[in-house]
Amino acid sequence: MKKSAFTFFTPFFAVLLILPFIGSEYSNDWVIKTVIFAIFALSLELLVGTTGLVCFGQAAFFGVGAYVAVLLSAQYPSPSLWILLGACIAASAALACVVGALSLRTQGVYFIMVTLAFAQMVYYIVHDTPLGGGTDGIYLNSKPKLFLDYGLDNPLIFYYFAVASLLVVLLFLGMMLRSRFGHALVGIRINEHRMRATGYDTYFYKLAVFIISGAIAGLAGFLFAIKDGFVNPELLSWHQSGAVLIMIILGGLGYLRGAVIGAFAFALLEEFFRSEAIFGAFSKHWHLGLGLAIIFCVALLPKGLVSLPAYWQARLTGRWGGSTNKDPHSGANS
Amino acid sequence: MENSYSQDVLLHAKQLVRRWGGLVAVNNVGIELRRGEIHAVIGTNGAGKSTLINLLSGEIPVSSGTINILGADVTTWSQPKRAQSGLGRSYQRNTIFPDLSVFENCRLAAQAHDQKAWMIWQDADQCNYSVSKANAVIEKTGLKEVKSRIAGALSHGQKRQLEVAMCLATDPVILLLDEPLAGMGADETERMLSFLNELKPSHAILLVEHDMDAVFRIADRITVMVNGSVIACGTPAEVREDRNVQIAYLGAE
Repeated sequence: MKKSAFTFFTPFFAVLLILPFIGSEYSNDWVIKTVIFAIFALSLELLVGTTGLVCFGQAAFFGVGAYVAVLLSAQYPSPSLWILLGACIAASAALACVVGALSLRTQGVYFIMVTLAFAQMVYYIVHDTPLGGGTDGIYLNSKPKLFLDYGLDNPLIFYYFAVASLLVVLLFLGMMLRSRFGHALVGIRINEHRMRATGYDTYFYKLAVFIISGAIAGLAGFLFAIKDGFVNPELLSWHQSGAVLIMIILGGLGYLRGAVIGAFAFALLEEFFRSEAIFGAFSKHWHLGLGLAIIFCVALLPKGLVSLPAYWQARLTGRWGGSTNKDPHSGANS
Repeated sequence: MENSYSQDVLLHAKQLVRRWGGLVAVNNVGIELRRGEIHAVIGTNGAGKSTLINLLSGEIPVSSGTINILGADVTTWSQPKRAQSGLGRSYQRNTIFPDLSVFENCRLAAQAHDQKAWMIWQDADQCNYSVSKANAVIEKTGLKEVKSRIAGALSHGQKRQLEVAMCLATDPVILLLDEPLAGMGADETERMLSFLNELKPSHAILLVEHDMDAVFRIADRITVMVNGSVIACGTPAEVREDRNVQIAYLGAE
């Protein structure tokens, strides 16, 4: 792990570990929801930031993970956690395999549109058929057990389970990006044409990363379903795909911590603009405030919140501009 | 005699045709590349030289004709598959990875022959094959001093060198070089030419080049293209004497 990543993640996880003992029930719930969105954002960062594939249908994999968790535990009460988790990840990965196999034949803006189209198809299947309970959504009737009698219905156990999931995803991605596969993905983002001329069958690389990304989004969906014990079609809507795309842009593309920072920043901004204590009646229109704040952030820091320390440092030494050319991808990103 | 001769033909293309709608960019072109030979293709802009390279490397499919590499018919093979089988190409415009270091550019190119994408637990920097191969081509092409520099920050000549280094990192036996001398200074040109001569004994080289002095000095065989067709093919002396070439290309009357 690079030093800058280490200096961010060590205190980050330290805070997450002690938070349940000092925070309120509400704040713990908020944090864990954001941790789940951070995992979701990481799945998209792998596609957009690393490989350069702008997927606008990521919510489909998230939603399918969530729906499979709920539907399966309705079929088989008190399911085994690992089997349920495996099923959710496998279902999302399988969907990603099909969507990826077809959409990766297109490029650029067509890819964006095709992934959106597939996600909308999945959305309408869930929304308009009795399969997933229609627009009302469905409730989860039993949460899986972690071991013995300690189940994920215990908020504290679930909290640590979700934090551990985030850590595992981060370690997995960090390792993968340092490997030959990860380096090839960076090559594909920078110059896919050259990669093909060099002898890489880039289609299979892109399909592999698409499936891995779908699987991670499925994990996030699973956690989301277990957390709330409720799923509805909005989980699969294009708003969700857009929100997660904004998270990684806000945080800074090309860094794993960018996705995590972005998820938290997005959630904080949302919380802030929705607060009736601050905005009174205007808090109804929180989308407007959130949108303006995001535009402001991105305009001020085009490389995302990740670049904030470098920005401050440069302001102090008066050399902002020179350091903007530094590319995050010159090494493996972690 | 006939037999040993054909063993050295590493690439053999017959009756290649590429149409873009009504335009015939490459019209019935045949070419043979032999080990130990630099085969130059010359012609005015739009004569179909780059299209020919693109057809040979598999970047665009042929409309008709066959391409044979090392005894295998590769006409329907994808570009990555052809690259894997020993065909390397460099581009007219720089197509290096500008954000990566010179070393990583070469290492990534070398990695194409040792991909093992599933080995996600091993650091790419610990992949011995690609690391040592990258170091070797960097040494060979004289890029050692700029090894850790970001490729986008190199001078134009160094970028051209890197382009060739990346091509060599894939261990090709056939080199398709699209204007490797473009934009190079006199010194850099000399260095590149002597480098090509060094590569010659073990490679079959196709050279598309505009610098006529360089071409007539270094090439063993020259193919002249006009409007997608071959109008002459032979040794530099034969081509220089060719009446059609003089009229069509060299401008003599």
